[in-house]
Amino acid sequence: MIELLNYEFIQNALIAGILVSIASGIIGSLIVVNRMVFLAGGIAHTSYGGIGLAVYLGIPIFLGASLFSVLAALLIAYITINQKDRLDTFIGLIWAVGMAIGIILIDLTPGYNVDLMSYLFGSILAVSNEDLYFMSALTAFIIFIITLFYRDILAVSYDSEYAKLRGISVKFFYTLILILSALTVVIAIKVVGLILVIALLTIPIYIAEKLSNSLYSMMFLSAIISSFFTLIGLFISYKLDISSGASIIIVCAISLIFFLFLKKSI
Amino acid sequence: MNVIEIKNLSFKYEEELVLEKVDLEVEEKEFLAIIGPNGGGKSTLLKLMVGILKPLKGEIKLFGKKPEKNLNNLGYVPQNTNININFPIKVIEVVMMGHTSTKKPLIGYKKEEIECARESLRKVGMLEYENRKIGTLSGGQRQRVMIARALCSHPKIMFLDEPTSSIDVKGQREIYELLQKLNKYMTIVVVSHDISIILEYATIVAHINKHLSFHNVKNQKRFFTKDKHFCEVELLQMLGKRND
Repeated sequence: MIELLNYEFIQNALIAGILVSIASGIIGSLIVVNRMVFLAGGIAHTSYGGIGLAVYLGIPIFLGASLFSVLAALLIAYITINQKDRLDTFIGLIWAVGMAIGIILIDLTPGYNVDLMSYLFGSILAVSNEDLYFMSALTAFIIFIITLFYRDILAVSYDSEYAKLRGISVKFFYTLILILSALTVVIAIKVVGLILVIALLTIPIYIAEKLSNSLYSMMFLSAIISSFFTLIGLFISYKLDISSGASIIIVCAISLIFFLFLKKSI
Repeated sequence: MNVIEIKNLSFKYEEELVLEKVDLEVEEKEFLAIIGPNGGGKSTLLKLMVGILKPLKGEIKLFGKKPEKNLNNLGYVPQNTNININFPIKVIEVVMMGHTSTKKPLIGYKKEEIECARESLRKVGMLEYENRKIGTLSGGQRQRVMIARALCSHPKIMFLDEPTSSIDVKGQREIYELLQKLNKYMTIVVVSHDISIILEYATIVAHINKHLSFHNVKNQKRFFTKDKHFCEVELLQMLGKRND
């Protein structure tokens, strides 16, 4: 067990798992309390278009996915603010079109040799040092922004009408939360993949919410619970030689069931 | 001195006017009750007065200035205090949102803000609950917290939208007793359905159903029946008649 830690790819996987847990704990808390899970799902799937774009243009995957998912976040923010009729239909549309663009761009790429599955379902054991730098930078950026605007974000999330009355720009912070969600999705691509990221943005957060009495402690606790699940999932995936992303999600889900059971019996 | 002056105010959400040619003047330290049927525009008028909505026509002045220039003078208690009931937030954090400090610290809250929030909570009798999660309070307690939040900016006028709609009878009376106490220091504007309770405390009443009719109920006891209860039907009919 301990000798595993001598391998660089294991070290990288552990660091990546913790970075993702911090980002998803913080942003997942905001997504859950603002009831944006469906929107975040839309952003996550749309970012596949960014992966297609990156492969097609030959630029770094993280860069393509970041650009595309932030654009998706802006588009979804614009639609949720302005389109009141059949909002979910439009989000579903963006969700599917983003993925379709990704698939087409990869089809059009000559000599295509990218392992698509690794972006959809994660490949935590293949995290490179460059990946880690990029993930660290994004996580630091998220922590910085949340620290800077914590009170405004809290006010907008809890009672947006009152926040507006107090002169806080609800649209700005709403858009900001979606952009940070987009960046979190990008951080999570290598660890659990685009499709599974929603589970990481909701399951540990749900448990943390029940145990917290402030948004700050919810974020903190989510990050800790999430790290715990990620590391256990990673260990199981290594032992049983199964996909890390799926393994992490199943650990999350089983823990949630135990949590609900415990909560009921107390 | 008039603290609220509304002239020729009209407003619509979509096609049809919700408020039409509304005029209203309220003096300092009045207790104004706004009553009227559902969809008559009560809450809309309140939201216009605090500046959440902007008038289609006409103007609204509080202390001679537009509502949005009066952030520190007005306190607002919204209608639905049951939104986000599971939100992980402490009572004191909710109250501190009402504070209008210009310089916010980078992390945490200023001592002055915490003191101010505690003072507001003490005024509404909720200080002992300061560290409780908001969702663990009863409807009446939560309403008091929302009043404390509005008090945190030391307002000169307090606007409340149906403050007793989700509270039991005992809690309702407590809320109105509290408002009556606050009324010694500030003007109170309340939108409400509870006509009998509101007329016990209000000094003036405005009935809104697209148009506004205005009534001074000071020293007016003729609405009372023998058992000191109001006949709401007659009262509503009378107030609903336009004065023009």
